[in-house]
Amino acid sequence: MNWYEFMLRNRGEVFERSLEHVGLVGASMAISLMIGLPLGIVLVRRAKLQRWVVGAANVVQTIPSLALFGFLIPVPWIGGVGASTAIVALSLYAVLPILRNTCTGIAEVDPAVVESARGMGMTPRQVLWQVQLPLAAPVLLAGIRVSTAICIGVTTIAAAIGAGGLGVFIFRGLAMVNNQVILAGAIPAACLAIAADSALGYFQRGSAKK
Amino acid sequence: MTYRLPSGPPLVSGLDLRVARGETLVLLGRSGSGKTTTLKLINRLLEPTQGEILIAGRPSLSWDPIELRRGIGYVIQDAGLFPHWTVGRNIGLVPHLEKWPEARIQARVREMLSLVGLPPEEFAGRSPSELSGGQKQRVGVARALAADPPILLMDEPFAALDPITRADLQREFRALAHRLQKTIVFVTHDVREALFLGTRIALLDQGRLVGVYGPAEFLKATEPEIQAFAASLDFGRVNEGGQ
Repeated sequence: MNWYEFMLRNRGEVFERSLEHVGLVGASMAISLMIGLPLGIVLVRRAKLQRWVVGAANVVQTIPSLALFGFLIPVPWIGGVGASTAIVALSLYAVLPILRNTCTGIAEVDPAVVESARGMGMTPRQVLWQVQLPLAAPVLLAGIRVSTAICIGVTTIAAAIGAGGLGVFIFRGLAMVNNQVILAGAIPAACLAIAADSALGYFQRGSAKK
Repeated sequence: MTYRLPSGPPLVSGLDLRVARGETLVLLGRSGSGKTTTLKLINRLLEPTQGEILIAGRPSLSWDPIELRRGIGYVIQDAGLFPHWTVGRNIGLVPHLEKWPEARIQARVREMLSLVGLPPEEFAGRSPSELSGGQKQRVGVARALAADPPILLMDEPFAALDPITRADLQREFRALAHRLQKTIVFVTHDVREALFLGTRIALLDQGRLVGVYGPAEFLKATEPEIQAFAASLDFGRVNEGGQ
């Protein structure tokens, strides 16, 4: 049986797992955006603290994802088996590129532009929202794009701790030594990644044009 | 008035300077002499460590910094135009912040563009990236003047331009300054520019005020720092003569 025959026959489950996958990625990305963007904005002007925080995020990024999922299972409150643990781990992974690009994107805005914005009497909030963030948008979106790609990939592994998603087919295929079943998880996951990447790339180009 | 960084020697010290209404006071000095620092102390981008700065008779620290800056036009060397906004929106910045009605902003933007010699129909919708260096500075001046502030601060606005464009802008700016009767503080390291634009010239050296001179008496003064600047003029002449 071919992978696409398998997918056709199990289209109900493939669809369901895809939705789970998108849900896990969506929730994790939402959390890492809510943490990464404000944290990045706050850290722009605190170089020392920024090095520490980005360093810590870098360390998290180097932990193999399967191990990180494992580490989180015994942790009280956020741990256990299932989707919520997976979302915590995925958010930790996704936050680094967002955080780093927020910091560098804002720091790279032409200082003359920021100085004249302040000198003309814009409030710090106006400088941030009307000048720094719009000008940092292409770099910011590049970070979100990288994060999303990482997140969609790593989410396949979340099936190992019972979080569901397209990884379920991959682990089932591994257990059955059946490549067609693995492909039924891997190919939709790859398609999701490509679709998300092109959509975000479109926004990124749009923001750079302005 | 003194300004110092938390560590290190003061960048500007013991500065006592009065700018009269409607005059163009040029702050002249070498790089690092404290000209730009002095300028930023006026619009409170920096705050004095000791002493005070009176603006319209009120200490700068008693002003709300945002309100203060909106009443002071500010033009810097790279113009600092917002690259993601059109020329028109850049010029309308302060009127917009001050919540003028939209129609009045538009009218003001057109008026300002004409004032600095750029046809409004052609330039209002352009992006700053489509402007030459000289045009950017013209827009910078238009933006600074848009809300009709009584005071204008200019930090080497023409320094990065080619000599011909620079001379054009200096000529036009002198006429404009004369016509508008704004109080202008103009920073430069170029003696020619100082002599051409300044109603008075304040010479700074290593954060201290050497003296304040009218353009005519400046070259006659005997202070070594003035001699050094005067010599730079002579050097220019020798070069031109040699060509």
